[in-house]
Amino acid sequence: MSVVAEGLHKCYRDKSALDGFDLTVAEGRVCGLLGPNGAGKTTAVRILATLLRPDGGRAEVAGFDVTRHPAEVRRRIGLVGQHAAVDEVLSGRQNLVMFGRLYHLSSARARARADELLTQFGLADTGDKAVKQYSGGMRRRLDLAASMILAPKVLFLDEPTTGLDPRARNEVWAATRALVADGTTVLLTTQYLDEADQLADDISVIDNGQVVGNGTPDQLKTKIGGDRIDLVLHDADDLAAAAATVSRVTGADTDIDRDDRRLSAPVRNRVAALVEASRALDDAGIAVEDIVLRRPTLDEVFLTLTSAGTGHGPRETGRE
Amino acid sequence: MTSLYWAVADGWTITRRDLTHWVRQPTPIILGLLFPIMLVLMFGFLFGGAIAVPGGGDYREFLLPGMFVMTVAFGVEGTMIAVTTDAARGVTDRFRSMPMAQSAVVVGRNGADMLDSVLVLAAMIGCGLAVGWRWHGGPGATLAAVGLLLLLRFALLWVGIYLGLVVGGPETVAAVQILVWPIGFLSNVFVAPETMPAWLGTVAAWNPLSATVSATRELFGNPGWGGQSWIAQHATVMAVLWPLAIIAVFFPLSVRAFRRMSR
Repeated sequence: MSVVAEGLHKCYRDKSALDGFDLTVAEGRVCGLLGPNGAGKTTAVRILATLLRPDGGRAEVAGFDVTRHPAEVRRRIGLVGQHAAVDEVLSGRQNLVMFGRLYHLSSARARARADELLTQFGLADTGDKAVKQYSGGMRRRLDLAASMILAPKVLFLDEPTTGLDPRARNEVWAATRALVADGTTVLLTTQYLDEADQLADDISVIDNGQVVGNGTPDQLKTKIGGDRIDLVLHDADDLAAAAATVSRVTGADTDIDRDDRRLSAPVRNRVAALVEASRALDDAGIAVEDIVLRRPTLDEVFLTLTSAGTGHGPRETGRE
Repeated sequence: MTSLYWAVADGWTITRRDLTHWVRQPTPIILGLLFPIMLVLMFGFLFGGAIAVPGGGDYREFLLPGMFVMTVAFGVEGTMIAVTTDAARGVTDRFRSMPMAQSAVVVGRNGADMLDSVLVLAAMIGCGLAVGWRWHGGPGATLAAVGLLLLLRFALLWVGIYLGLVVGGPETVAAVQILVWPIGFLSNVFVAPETMPAWLGTVAAWNPLSATVSATRELFGNPGWGGQSWIAQHATVMAVLWPLAIIAVFFPLSVRAFRRMSR
């Protein structure tokens, strides 16, 4: 295991940030730590990256205890935080050489490594420009490059695309995928479900300082009730009657989204549900604009597993 | 390699980063030089004529040691800005997550700011010579005076590091920039404390800046205010003791503030 956290606790003043946080990440895997703002994601990463001491519990990264052997851990990790932690005045190359020197590479080796990384992260042409003149995506790539100087065993990415435009986001995703292909273990925190879906092999959902769900994206989607049927009605006034009809067919609660005139319900027998629901609605004289069968989205998984699920989010359906 | 070797080597790497800033972005350092020079010209030529030096010396001879000390005091802002910027941008966190000497962040800051002070003081001495200020003591006394100025800068550096670590944010830096002024005026930098109301004069005489100003005036052989109080008579001792006292308070506070980052 590259990352092991057992029962981590952390309090700020009287507010609990982590409350029995458990996590394991196997070597070479990309783990997405997914949770709303304030769930404890950053606190967990800061403890694992030796920046913060836990109040309780233990954690091992790359085989070393983070509180007892922080220096050994630091030799084996890279950290990309929420801000691009690079010097704005220096050029991209000067930044990488400086960090390389601080990783105790020789001057020649630091320069050579800087050139390699600039090329690898698509910054070879702009390596001598001041970072101030970089775009958001370029800064992030430089930030990633700086954390890859020693080719770390474990890379922590704390909300690496927060505040980036979609294009810069794609740049960072591409750079991250390239690292993963080289076998680096990655712990990625994000509040974007599509980011976790895109990059992570395994997802841990965190809420109120605890992991509330684990699994691959597909396992998590299955966990909350398999396939769903979605219907869009012509007339919002029919929603209540239609929901009752659909529930009779599916034998489960139906969620109503009034703004989109949409109904959504879990189904067991896909085709039978589709046929029966449309026939029953037709018999009841309710006009349907659209009807589809689909897997649940990670949004639904997320809302189901976290306390953020308020309003018209789908409920747990009882099916395992 | 020993850990002491890496403490020095890593500290030097971080100092060099600041030196690279000077080359790549010289505007702040040039402004930092022009501002005290402007003050010298303003006080030396605009207000100077209206200020009488106790014992009747030349005002610019009286003023320059005070201006050296003000320059040293202005250095606190630079230290603070550098520390808060690194902390806010996550650069400090990156350093802390790396297998480098953990002291290097502070050692490097020290190196850069002390080199900056040497540069600024050299420019100020040049400016002083240009407006008619001279040192009249021997080389030993002159070097001792420069040494006292650098000692005060070293002490104030820890104030800057501490404030930079605990307060954070550009608003607070602005507050410190403003506060330097009353602290500077409430000293013997510009006028003799005896010209102030008695209680205010006492506060001004005991101001740590005043001790260094008095001591450097003596060592440079420039006219002083020659007060009769105990503090005025023991300026040189106090110019050593005050900075040591400041270090004794703010060095452990800075170390604690740095450690607190991992709480």
